[in-house]
Amino acid sequence: MNDTDAGAALLRQFEARSPRGLARAISYAESGRGAQLIRHLFARTGRSMTIGLTGPPGVGKSTLSSALVRKARSLGKTVGVVSVDPSSPFSHGALLGDRIRLTEHFTDSGVFIRSMASRGHLGGLAGATADAVLLMDAFGLDVILIETVGVGQSEIEIAELAHTTIVALQPGSGDSIQVLKAGIMEVADVFVVNKKDHPMANQLKREIRSMMEMLDFSGWVPELVMTQATSGEGIDELWAAIENHVAYLQKSGEMAEKRLEAFTHQVRQLALGHLQRKLERELRSKVAEGIDPYAAADRVLQSFGVTPEGGDEPIRPPHVRASVKGLM
Amino acid sequence: MSRPLRVIIAKAGLDGHDRGAKVIARALRDAGMEVIYTGLFQTPEQIVQTAIQEDADGIGLSILSGAHMTLFPLIVEQLKAQGAQDIVFFGGGTIPPEDADELRRRGVQAIFTPGAPLSEIVSFVEHECGKRRELVG
Ligand SMILES: Nc1nc2c(ncn2[C@@H]2O[C@H](COP(=O)(O)OP(=O)(O)OP(=O)(O)O)[C@@H](O)[C@H]2O)c(=O)[nH]1
Ligand SMILES: [Mg+2]
Repeated sequence: MNDTDAGAALLRQFEARSPRGLARAISYAESGRGAQLIRHLFARTGRSMTIGLTGPPGVGKSTLSSALVRKARSLGKTVGVVSVDPSSPFSHGALLGDRIRLTEHFTDSGVFIRSMASRGHLGGLAGATADAVLLMDAFGLDVILIETVGVGQSEIEIAELAHTTIVALQPGSGDSIQVLKAGIMEVADVFVVNKKDHPMANQLKREIRSMMEMLDFSGWVPELVMTQATSGEGIDELWAAIENHVAYLQKSGEMAEKRLEAFTHQVRQLALGHLQRKLERELRSKVAEGIDPYAAADRVLQSFGVTPEGGDEPIRPPHVRASVKGLM
Repeated sequence: MSRPLRVIIAKAGLDGHDRGAKVIARALRDAGMEVIYTGLFQTPEQIVQTAIQEDADGIGLSILSGAHMTLFPLIVEQLKAQGAQDIVFFGGGTIPPEDADELRRRGVQAIFTPGAPLSEIVSFVEHECGKRRELVG
């Protein structure tokens, strides 16, 4: 079978709402062959509610996902879960273990779970995460949960991609405070203090509150929810916070901006991917010793037809709504 | 862009030992594969649904509880019922040689017994799952 025939067969499988069709479609996207499928299916997207879930390793993201899936299912909603784990930079292999916490949903035909490896993609999300979300959306899943380990850039990316971004933190771990300092405050729509059965849980809650006081929020002010994901305690409150945020987006008209942001995110990823490959080729062929790095960079850019720009204005991501009081 | 091979490593039934499964999982990861670990106590249906949603090229099942003669054939059946026989199915554990022969006859592609060198398992998976990948893309 050639690629076009295979693509057409896959589309039929997808349209018959076969989980295999969705699974194969995501693989297609992961191997860089998703363009045709997405072109066919794009008009059908835009119906799902997308929730991003990030936070330091081991905080309970997958256990929270499982509890949120249970909640959404009790409301009659179908759910897709995308969980992203890092690939090994050495072997390019990956151990994807988030499913361990989701076993109760494996045979529920209203739940589709896909583990993805980041495959060296810079931002911590996998390169094809946005495609997987679009495909799940077109497949007709009502709610899509995206889990990613909160390291560096991934929270910024997930905030662009998801309508509602949940940042999960846990008491008694220095990690959570580091995460707060690293600028994640500014992207959270909902804070979760998970493991509220831990004796330091209330202290972490106070710390988050006091950090929030240092920020000016325009519009939505993040809600803070305490949960014990393992027992399901606080999950109703978490779901309510998510719904409040969605209602806010709809009422304020910001939902349109959010959608555009997710769209822009994906376009940026696709364009950057092409540019990066081109850049790597140029770097290999054009960079030689003997000139200074600025001159070499100019030369590479000129071969792209780009005139190097001066200017040092900071690139401020559009989704950051909060600013530190007194700074802006 | 070539995608790494994807393999499910599963534990089924009432068998709480997953050291061996984790060693295999790491070896496959180090060989450049994406390994999805399901955790303990999975039913055949859970394992096969996982393989389908993850578009896995292979399933590796580890059984140390003695229930291999029921659990392996149940997965072969599930794969057939789901039209997913293209997925490579192999396993390992404390399985007597005569049982291993019988399981191979009943559709399990390979059975590795304790002491099988990791490199043998890795090259089996690379080879067989690689063939599946060539077939389905
Ligand atoms: N005490 C307590 N333990 C919890 C709670 N929620 C999760 N855990 C435990 O925390 C551990 C990690 O949970 P996961 O859900 O795997 O955490 P994660 O954030 O998805 O981890 P990574 O994906 O590895 O970053 C598990 O042992 C859970 O059982 C909770 O509310 N209280
Ligand atoms: Mg997890």
